[in-house]
Amino acid sequence: MASEHDVLAALDGVRDPELDEPITSLGFVASCAVSSDGAAEVRLRLPTYFCAPNFAFLMVADAYDAVAALEGVRSARVVLEDHFAGDAINDGVAARAGFARTFAGEASGELDELRTAFLRKAVLAGTDVVCQPLARGGTGPEALAAMTLGDVPRSPDLDRLRQRRTELGLPAGDRAPLVIDPLTGTGVPAIDLPLHLRKARTTRVSVQANSGICRGMLRHRYPAAEPNSNEEEPG
Amino acid sequence: MYEHDGEKYFVVDGHMHYWNAAPDNWVPGAEQYAKGWIECFHAYMGLAPADTHWPLEKFQKYSEDDLMHDLFEVGHVDKAIFQPTYLLEWYKEGFNTTERNATMGEKHPGKFLYNTRWDPRDGDEGLETLKRNVARYGSTGCKLYTAEWNAGSRGWKLTDPAAYRYLEACQELGVRNIHVHKGPTIWPLDKDAFDVSDVDHAATDFPALNFIVEHVGLPRIEDFCFMAVQEPNVYAGLAVVIGGLMHARPRFFAKVMGELLFWLGEDKLIFGSDYAIWEPKWQVEGFVDWQMPDTEEYSDYPRLTTQGKKKILGLNAARLYGIEVPAEYQLQAQPTIAA
Repeated sequence: MASEHDVLAALDGVRDPELDEPITSLGFVASCAVSSDGAAEVRLRLPTYFCAPNFAFLMVADAYDAVAALEGVRSARVVLEDHFAGDAINDGVAARAGFARTFAGEASGELDELRTAFLRKAVLAGTDVVCQPLARGGTGPEALAAMTLGDVPRSPDLDRLRQRRTELGLPAGDRAPLVIDPLTGTGVPAIDLPLHLRKARTTRVSVQANSGICRGMLRHRYPAAEPNSNEEEPG
Repeated sequence: MYEHDGEKYFVVDGHMHYWNAAPDNWVPGAEQYAKGWIECFHAYMGLAPADTHWPLEKFQKYSEDDLMHDLFEVGHVDKAIFQPTYLLEWYKEGFNTTERNATMGEKHPGKFLYNTRWDPRDGDEGLETLKRNVARYGSTGCKLYTAEWNAGSRGWKLTDPAAYRYLEACQELGVRNIHVHKGPTIWPLDKDAFDVSDVDHAATDFPALNFIVEHVGLPRIEDFCFMAVQEPNVYAGLAVVIGGLMHARPRFFAKVMGELLFWLGEDKLIFGSDYAIWEPKWQVEGFVDWQMPDTEEYSDYPRLTTQGKKKILGLNAARLYGIEVPAEYQLQAQPTIAA
């Protein structure tokens, strides 16, 4: 039988697509429970009543999929609390209706494009995380453009970048270029590299600033809210 | 005005409100949205220094005296620009309408500018209202909230053909400062509601108008920066950046300021307190005191000088709105215009 710990571990794999962080470390999991007969219930909460419904839907749907796939879970229910579109999202996910049917008349399609666009941003931001220390250490544009992923010492940041690239179907092996265009997967030439890295840094700063505001809002809304895991708040 | 270390700052609050979000103004049947909206705003106040927090009850409906005190008596503000937000589906008399703002502001001549608003889904009638408001209140700017709900619709884009009609009208009427505020919903809901590419198109097609993107496009600061760097008539409204980050997240604040200074430069940044979400006093004083940190992490960001702070706190907005600034507050290096 699955335990609450198993459910939380599964939820560690569910990310806020905008912030590219697990919903657990963001404190978005209000509670989770598994009954003796394998019925799992997860309650999610967000920083505001008006958080964008498309991203909220993705988190609820991803949480449902992650928990329902656990061995020993007979049924899964995910409830988004205190949200203007909570009822529609909860019912839509429970019925496996998809986004377009859940918001019939208000949506033109599913959320794959949205998800992909934010994964690309995550690749860009992750590129800054990996490359900024190299650049500060004196590695110039020519050298960075010539480097492959295998040339960079292993680190959790590098693993994460590879994982995001893999999710997008972009090259992520040792021989793949370190800095790629997240749209095409081709290496960024040295001449374009300074601007590319500048944009990567801006993207990371933007995500960090949003994350900071979201955490502050969540704490105000739910004063007792703590992250659901021990992961450090990123600086 | 604010005087500090022998320097004089002319302060234009480019984004402030006088709202009524108390339960007596909630639309029956839409109470949960009216309540959710103001509680969300109240949570933003939680990012300010604790001694400036208000209880929710006061935050829902503060008085004219509160506003005059917080802005002009202690908040260092010389001129304030009302940015209305209607939300008529949730608030009976609107959240803060042009009329409500002007009724209050007209008791204090010389203190306020009255921006108005429009919604492209209001059709011909909305165009007439816009003309009337401009004639009556002398509006030279407007505030657009693209996520507003209107008769079953959850929002709109600046590139909608109906919106272009209104932008053309703004151009004809001399409403040259278009403040754009993005929110969490648009049509269709599966697209990113915070996307700023519609502002990019509109700014290109209406070069005589200025587009001030409120809260610097947050949560899409990066898209905003990459867009704004290409458009000479796009500005950044700093509401939320100073109020939401300077105290609560000083490191991120420095980085966001660094990015804005790098991509847009100090001539394109406009201070706004977003009152009553945040009081201007601590924002103005803190911003004047603020320095880009001197560590390596920030080493390649542009520095902000006293002159840059003067521009951001007031002179940039004064330029956009034609607000007269007394000589003692002008930049010292600025050449005087020969008569």
